[in-house]
Amino acid sequence: MPDLFTSGFLTALVVGGLVAGVPLLFAGLGEIIAEASGVLNVGLEGMMLAGAFIGFVATLLTQNVWFGLAAGAVAGLLLSLVMVLFCIRLGLDQIVVGVAIVLTVEGATAVLHATLYGESYPRLDAAPRFAIPFLSDLPVLGGSLFTQPVIVYLGFILVGVVAWVLRSTSVGLHLRAAGEQPASLDAAGVDVVRIRSVAEMVCGALAGLGGAYLAIVGAGTFVPFVTNGMGFIAIVIAMLARGRAWWSVIGAFLFGMSLSLTTALQLVGIDVPVDVVQMLPFVSVIVVLVIFARDARLPSALGLPYLRGSR
Amino acid sequence: MTSPLTSPEAVVDVAPPTTRGAGLGDALVRSLGPIALALITCGALLAIVGRDPFAFYSDILQAGLLRPSGLQDSITRMAPILLVAAGMIVAFRAGMWNLGSDGQYLLAAACVAGTAPSVLAAVPAPLGWLVLGLVGMVVGASWTIVPAWLRARYGLNEIVTTLMMSFVGSGLANLLVKGPFDGPSTVPQTAVVDPSLLLFDLPGTRIHIGVIVALIAVATIYWVFSRTSFGMRIDVLGANARAAQHVGIRVSRLIIVTFLLSGALMGLAAAVDMLGIFGYMRADWNPAYGLKVVPLVFLARLNALAVIPFAAFFSVLSIGGEYAARRAQLPSDFLLLVIGLVLTFMVVTQYLTDKRDRGEPILPRRKAGMARA
Repeated sequence: MPDLFTSGFLTALVVGGLVAGVPLLFAGLGEIIAEASGVLNVGLEGMMLAGAFIGFVATLLTQNVWFGLAAGAVAGLLLSLVMVLFCIRLGLDQIVVGVAIVLTVEGATAVLHATLYGESYPRLDAAPRFAIPFLSDLPVLGGSLFTQPVIVYLGFILVGVVAWVLRSTSVGLHLRAAGEQPASLDAAGVDVVRIRSVAEMVCGALAGLGGAYLAIVGAGTFVPFVTNGMGFIAIVIAMLARGRAWWSVIGAFLFGMSLSLTTALQLVGIDVPVDVVQMLPFVSVIVVLVIFARDARLPSALGLPYLRGSR
Repeated sequence: MTSPLTSPEAVVDVAPPTTRGAGLGDALVRSLGPIALALITCGALLAIVGRDPFAFYSDILQAGLLRPSGLQDSITRMAPILLVAAGMIVAFRAGMWNLGSDGQYLLAAACVAGTAPSVLAAVPAPLGWLVLGLVGMVVGASWTIVPAWLRARYGLNEIVTTLMMSFVGSGLANLLVKGPFDGPSTVPQTAVVDPSLLLFDLPGTRIHIGVIVALIAVATIYWVFSRTSFGMRIDVLGANARAAQHVGIRVSRLIIVTFLLSGALMGLAAAVDMLGIFGYMRADWNPAYGLKVVPLVFLARLNALAVIPFAAFFSVLSIGGEYAARRAQLPSDFLLLVIGLVLTFMVVTQYLTDKRDRGEPILPRRKAGMARA
């Protein structure tokens, strides 16, 4: 029986889980915001994929990680404008439009990748890392845990900011009201459509950022369908989070751990088939859903368009 | 808790149009309009990436429709498409978004392909087909139990659960093909069924009788929804779950039954593919019919008979598209782009025709026009 509790195993598991979960942290956080405001963004997977592709291309062209991440966020934001126009402004079905976004982006990125990089398959340099003074000197996990690309730290700070905005500001209150009782919010003189549009755009930008991270920092390259269902997991995380932003950290970390478990197990000499690895996150999500089914809750106006004067 | 989400049935207007003439013209605009717009947009995109769109589309027509072998391939391809579409229609009309058909299909395919050689060696072929068809249906149906139960018991949104189960199902299918069902060949794939034991072809063609099975299934589903109280109950559930409860329909049980039926049809699609064309399953093989069939059933407005021409269109597109994409040195994922755009334009067309039917101006009203309450 190999020793599971060596520092190498722990480092691979915890740090690997953290890094692998960051794309999901951003996307989940975005979806939490969108769902709180009453928009179910099924197109999240497509927005992540678009962010991954555009972010990768931008980094390749400029050789600047920050520019790539920003480009990915912009790509996600532009795609979210489709949802804003069709679903929030015109009140069309959010699920159908979401599925359409996923299909279109999957096709478009695969075709563009094949035409642009089908022969060269370029790779990016490793993203620069930043060691937090003192913390990175801590024994066992300190060195690897606190020496990460800056965007990782920013992600965690962002979670805190979003949690605060949702809980303690009037913007957060309006956002939650738009998801629970849009008519009341409208009666109180707040523009529901505007609140939801902003929430959806933030969600798109965060999903694009998460996708860009996946391609630029995580994989160092873009392959078609790289998100592999991550966007849908983010939706589950948002469902379980019930508007609590901190849950995106927990969900992303658990997801990342189930991905990094393989690498960690390989380090101590246990080989796991690749199919098991790819299934594991989804299995854990299903198990979590079965256990916490009664706790999963969606805002009461989720998925329903708000058009003033109708119904 | 009931999920507040819109049901698929709410997306399209399932009720028949009131005036027949206007209804037909409308139906044509609503169904052919999005397809035409998507093809035009994709043609423009092809031109942008430096391919000749006219050559591309004529390749699709040639390889998918005009060549006799292509036509036969296209008709054969309709079998799984029709069955998956039928499975979606059953679920969607109940208001259940079963988006996990890929996992249900793949797992059933792995089990059918894995057991087919021994089953067909043990019993006469027609009996073996029946048994294997049942295997596929049971496996496909079993993969919907968890989402169906979570939805029926806790009202947990079935979109995400079916999708999660789909990813697990395709992984499990791979494990099965690489593990217990791995055949004698060096590549990870199931043992190949002797071609003489596969489904009969229609006389004088390479089209297997699975297509007939699919057409019968589609016709049966149409009959269920137009003539039986069971279909009626599903429609009531899809229109309004609370109303269904009030008229005495056992909603939880009906949700589970429709999910099982939907999954069984996905599994049958897999069995027909395995026994009709392939005779084996290779690891990592995934036709991914799932999301691509969604636009077809919506274009057919969840009408099981109306889905036949759209399935035919899609089959030509996919058989011809594989050839055209290869010639244009593009991945066959190009098809996803076409289908995604069809869905997008369908929603827009539906919106515009609905607006026109209500006598409203087509363009969105300007803000100033909306009086503040």
